[in-house]
Amino acid sequence: MTYTQIAIMGVLLAVVLDLFVFRTRLVARRAFWVSYAIIFFFQLITNGMFTGFGIVQYDGAAILGSTSPTSGPPPMFGDGRIAFAPAEDLLFGFALVLLSLSLWVLFGRLGIARRPTAGPPIWRTFSGKKTGGKSPGGKTETGDPDR
Amino acid sequence: MPSSLAYVGVLVFVLVGSMWLEVALRTHVLARWPRLVLVMVLVVWPFLLWDAYAISQGHWFFDTSLITGVYLPGDIPLDELLFFLVIPLASILTLEAVRSVKGWPVDDGSQS
Repeated sequence: MTYTQIAIMGVLLAVVLDLFVFRTRLVARRAFWVSYAIIFFFQLITNGMFTGFGIVQYDGAAILGSTSPTSGPPPMFGDGRIAFAPAEDLLFGFALVLLSLSLWVLFGRLGIARRPTAGPPIWRTFSGKKTGGKSPGGKTETGDPDR
Repeated sequence: MPSSLAYVGVLVFVLVGSMWLEVALRTHVLARWPRLVLVMVLVVWPFLLWDAYAISQGHWFFDTSLITGVYLPGDIPLDELLFFLVIPLASILTLEAVRSVKGWPVDDGSQS
């Protein structure tokens, strides 16, 4: 199998685990997609460094684009590449991030280290809006669908 | 800095870019370390297997002057294992940072 095929399978597998096996349903949650948008931005920079500096190189037979050049960086955009990295890397990253976050939520649900929950940001403490590390922003968390 | 630390240097960039959230946004991810360790121990396996297969098939390969030169079984550079630990950590820090600011639920049982 090529990297392209495995990467698509990896994404599908991670989504199936999230939706139907762990039932964490992160792909249906705003918190996940906003987090992923932030991660995605930094992933482009990180992938760009790995591939632009030639730390990791790819075989053209396994990806949409062509083999990494022996000298100099691959194209920044085009030839199946996004910020130097093969487009497949974005799928790889999505699968890694979704599986990680899905397991994180799953173990919380199973009662492992649920607390302390996140927050409040330190600036809210300084401005006197202390929420005690629970329900930052004063919102309650009931597990209801959030969109 | 020796060039063999180039790969690890990128990971340090990721850590520096995410670990401050633990302090500034009180993400409390390290404070919940048993849960973090459990995620890390499980998530690395499918990706190490994928890595070993991809390396054996030549899907990707490494500039050996830019990695530590320490290898795991399956010809996997140690750097790759570190990647599979650092990225989940940074991802979880990001999720909890968003939750710290916005308070959005993920139904992880933290309110029950």
